[in-house]
Amino acid sequence: MLMTNTEEIPGKRTTAFHGVVSGSTVRAKHVGRDLMASFKNIFGGELKGYTELLQESREQAIERMISQAEQMGANAVVNLRFSTSSVAAGAAELYVYGTAVTVE
Amino acid sequence: MEQLIFFIILIMLGYFFGRRAESKHYRSIEAREEFWITRPASTYKTVSQSGRTIRKSELVSGNVVISVDYFKRIAAGLRNLFGGEVRVYETLVDRARREALLRLHESCSDADEIINIRLETSSIYKGKRKQVGSVEVLAFGTAVYFEES
Repeated sequence: MLMTNTEEIPGKRTTAFHGVVSGSTVRAKHVGRDLMASFKNIFGGELKGYTELLQESREQAIERMISQAEQMGANAVVNLRFSTSSVAAGAAELYVYGTAVTVE
Repeated sequence: MEQLIFFIILIMLGYFFGRRAESKHYRSIEAREEFWITRPASTYKTVSQSGRTIRKSELVSGNVVISVDYFKRIAAGLRNLFGGEVRVYETLVDRARREALLRLHESCSDADEIINIRLETSSIYKGKRKQVGSVEVLAFGTAVYFEES
C-alpha cells in the first residue's frame, strides 16, 4: 500500500478514486509509564515511553485504515492526515484519514 | 514548613536538571540540524527538481513527547498572574518541533527530498491541576527517491 500526504503520488498517475478511508485507536497509558512520566515532570526531558506508545498506536491506526482501503480495492492512500485528541483523562485517540485511490 | 522545603527542593531539582537537559538537547539538535541542512525539505506539494524521474515515494513521520520540568511549571504559573510571554514554554515547544523534524529526517536517511511536511502539536498529558504536563509533536511528510541519473 502506497501512502503519501500529498494530493497525488509523486510521479504516478491516479486512475480511480474510492473515497475517504480512516482508522482510529484509543489508547491509555499504563501505570508504569505514568509513574515515569511523573518523575520526568520534575526533571524535564523526553518521555520515551510515551513517544513509543504514540508511535505504536499511530501504526495501528494506519493498519486499520489500510485494511479499509484494501476492501475498497485501492492500492494507495493519498492526502493523509493525522489528528490527536484526548477523549478522557489519561486516554488519547489517534485518528488517521485519507483518500483511497488506485494508481497505475 | 516541611511542605515548603519539599517544594523548594523540587524547584531546585527542576531548575538544575531541566536546564542541563535543555542545553544538552539544544547542542544535540544543532549538531544534527547541521547534518541534514543540505537535503531539500519543504512544505511544498511538488518536488524542487522537477526534471528528474521519481522512483519511489512514501509517507514518513517522526514524533517526540517532551515533558516540562517542575521549575518551568512554577515559572509559567507565576507568569499567569502578570500575563505576557512565557519563554520557558517557548523553548519547550521549540525543542519538541525541531526534534520531531530531525526524527523525520532520520527515519528516511537515504531519501533525496522530503515534501509536504506538516507539523502537529498536541498536549497529551494533563498534570495535576490541569496544567500542561507534556507536549507531543508529530512531523510527517512524503519522502521522495529519485531515479539515479
